[in-house]
Amino acid sequence: MPEPRTILNENGELLADSPLDLETIQNLYESMVIARTYDHKASAMQRQGRLATYAQFEGQEACQIGSVAPLEPRDWVAATYRDAAAMWAHGYPWVNLVLGRTGDERGGQAPEGVNVLPPSITVGGHMIHAVGLAWAEQLKGTGAVALTLFGDGATSEGDFHEAMNFAGVYTLPVVFFCQNNGWAISMPRDRQTAAETIASKGAGYGVPGVLVDGNDLLAVFAATAEAVDRARNGGGATLIEALTYRMGPHTTTDDPGRYGHTAAVGMWAERDPLERVRRYLERNGRWDADWEAGIEDHAHEIVEAAVAEAEALPPLSSDEIFEAMFAEPTTQLREQQRLARGERAHD
Amino acid sequence: MTERTVAQALNAALDEALEAPDVVLLGEDVGVTGGVFRVSDGLFKKYGPDRVIDTPVAESGIIGAAFGMAIAGLRPIAEIQFMGFSYPAVDQIINHVGRIRNRSRHRFTAPMVIRIPYGGGIGAAEHHSESAEAMFVHTPGVKVVVPSNPYDAKGLLLAAIDDPDPVVVLEPIRVYRSIKGDVPDGHYTVPIGLAAMEHEGRDVTIIAYGAMMKEARAAAVQLEDDGVSVELIDLRSLVPFDTEMMVDSVRKTGRAVVVQEAHRSAGMASEIVAVLQEHALYHLNAPIERITGWDVVIPLRRAEKHYLPTVDQIVAAARRTLEA
Ligand SMILES: Cc1ncc(C[n+]2csc(CCOP(=O)(O)OP(=O)(O)O)c2C)c(N)n1
Repeated sequence: MPEPRTILNENGELLADSPLDLETIQNLYESMVIARTYDHKASAMQRQGRLATYAQFEGQEACQIGSVAPLEPRDWVAATYRDAAAMWAHGYPWVNLVLGRTGDERGGQAPEGVNVLPPSITVGGHMIHAVGLAWAEQLKGTGAVALTLFGDGATSEGDFHEAMNFAGVYTLPVVFFCQNNGWAISMPRDRQTAAETIASKGAGYGVPGVLVDGNDLLAVFAATAEAVDRARNGGGATLIEALTYRMGPHTTTDDPGRYGHTAAVGMWAERDPLERVRRYLERNGRWDADWEAGIEDHAHEIVEAAVAEAEALPPLSSDEIFEAMFAEPTTQLREQQRLARGERAHD
Repeated sequence: MTERTVAQALNAALDEALEAPDVVLLGEDVGVTGGVFRVSDGLFKKYGPDRVIDTPVAESGIIGAAFGMAIAGLRPIAEIQFMGFSYPAVDQIINHVGRIRNRSRHRFTAPMVIRIPYGGGIGAAEHHSESAEAMFVHTPGVKVVVPSNPYDAKGLLLAAIDDPDPVVVLEPIRVYRSIKGDVPDGHYTVPIGLAAMEHEGRDVTIIAYGAMMKEARAAAVQLEDDGVSVELIDLRSLVPFDTEMMVDSVRKTGRAVVVQEAHRSAGMASEIVAVLQEHALYHLNAPIERITGWDVVIPLRRAEKHYLPTVDQIVAAARRTLEA
């Protein structure tokens, strides 16, 4: 197994030059704290029956915050059900993310100017959308790029092959970011593909593949920043495989005790992506308990405010479920809307 | 006899079927964890990884591979995790599974089963509440069954496995665990193509299938309490379907309410209404009523109730037929 690229080791020591200054790292650390606060809150809310199924991302914060950090607002993000942190980091409001998880279509209504697609709940379909987004930007000559996040399981879908192939053939400005978290529900990574690494799959499409330590914020940032630069400058796509671990169950309905997921959790806890950055900041005089308490308070405020706003919104009414199928509802939809009200379809 | 849920009855059928060495079960998470609904619980342990196969996340691959296995002499049972994830495999089902017997004039056949949990009502995530049975009904060359209770679940699944042709078995998620009933131990089949007469009556016929039988039964009870005599039919097999039982019933009652959870347009209910007017028009005392989901993407958890057909809607429809 080739060694993944690491910049910051588990003790918070630099193995190579940092691609970021300390202030930026502090900001990204704060983002990871906010993300984790949301993740814990959402899991708790699901247990209380306030959310539908929820897919935790604990352990994957460095992947999600680090990969989005090199993007500009005009760039695109197409991600999955497990990528709330990445979506938020690119401008998708927490209130939308909470709303989506309560089971409300308005969660998908990103504000104008936020170039983030609603999360892909089907595995794999969105990678080829990133290809289309990037292709359009290329044809328009804007210089914008697309980043798509997906799991190791998603690389087994035919859509992965088609997306990678298009990206290679048309030299498209797209970055494929695979969060290899070890599992696809109960399937371990080594049963998902016989390839030694997912990064190596890029070769088959003429797309460079890069293996990176997914719990290292700085390595994730550096690898993605290089891929984004290449894409923006006409160099085409990159496939990044970030090695990480899904610290929780697949979703709140899953029981990971049934399939040997739990044994490695302790080992991965030692590699916690937040803890690593915290140690680094502390070594450099940029972290103390007061500062941490301050950002945690701030994180709770942000998340609680989003939850309150989402839960205050009344659910869609019966009438409203008919209103977003087409630009104008069809005759049949109008008739069905009347039937749903208990009226007659025709006068 | 053992009292079982729908999920347990399906598990018993799979267990029974896997006794035969040519049967294999394959799909995402079906093995080690026993499937996301635990329908294959314990079978991996009992039959091993060559017979109960955890596959990569690749639906087209699962169905395409099962198809190849079937042609080569195995009897594969492929599980798709949720109906919304069957769509990547629809090309395989329409272009290959349903056509092979015809395009090879019986030389090659695909005696395979495609198990698909379907339907809403549990406030699930997007794509997890689909009722796309009409798409499979509209696909030549595949049979489609939809059990609504534990007895039929086991009997229809075993019939599907025994069948010489591909059968899609739709498993109603909402009643996987909520309906219990006595299920015979050992092998038995429920013939594919026959509906079940759940209750005889004179005034109005209610026809439903799958999870909607729950609402249909409750509506029938309510109507009977009010002195309306209801004939209740569980269609349970969509391809082929039991024209005779439905037509005989409606010729007798002169009124019908057809219920489906799926979107309204071009659904199974549309087909049933067409057949009833072909065979029973002159016996009708009222227009046939359809109670269905709407032609909208099935709403998420907070507004899902505005989509799903209700007992009240079925009762009101039956009353309209009586007042006509
Ligand atoms: C097309 C499709 N098939 C199956 C599923 C059910 N499913 C949801 S997540 C998942 C595993 C995905 O694993 P991976 O891509 O590694 O991402 P992770 O969940 O680990 O983040 C499966 C099989 C789905 N959502 N979509």
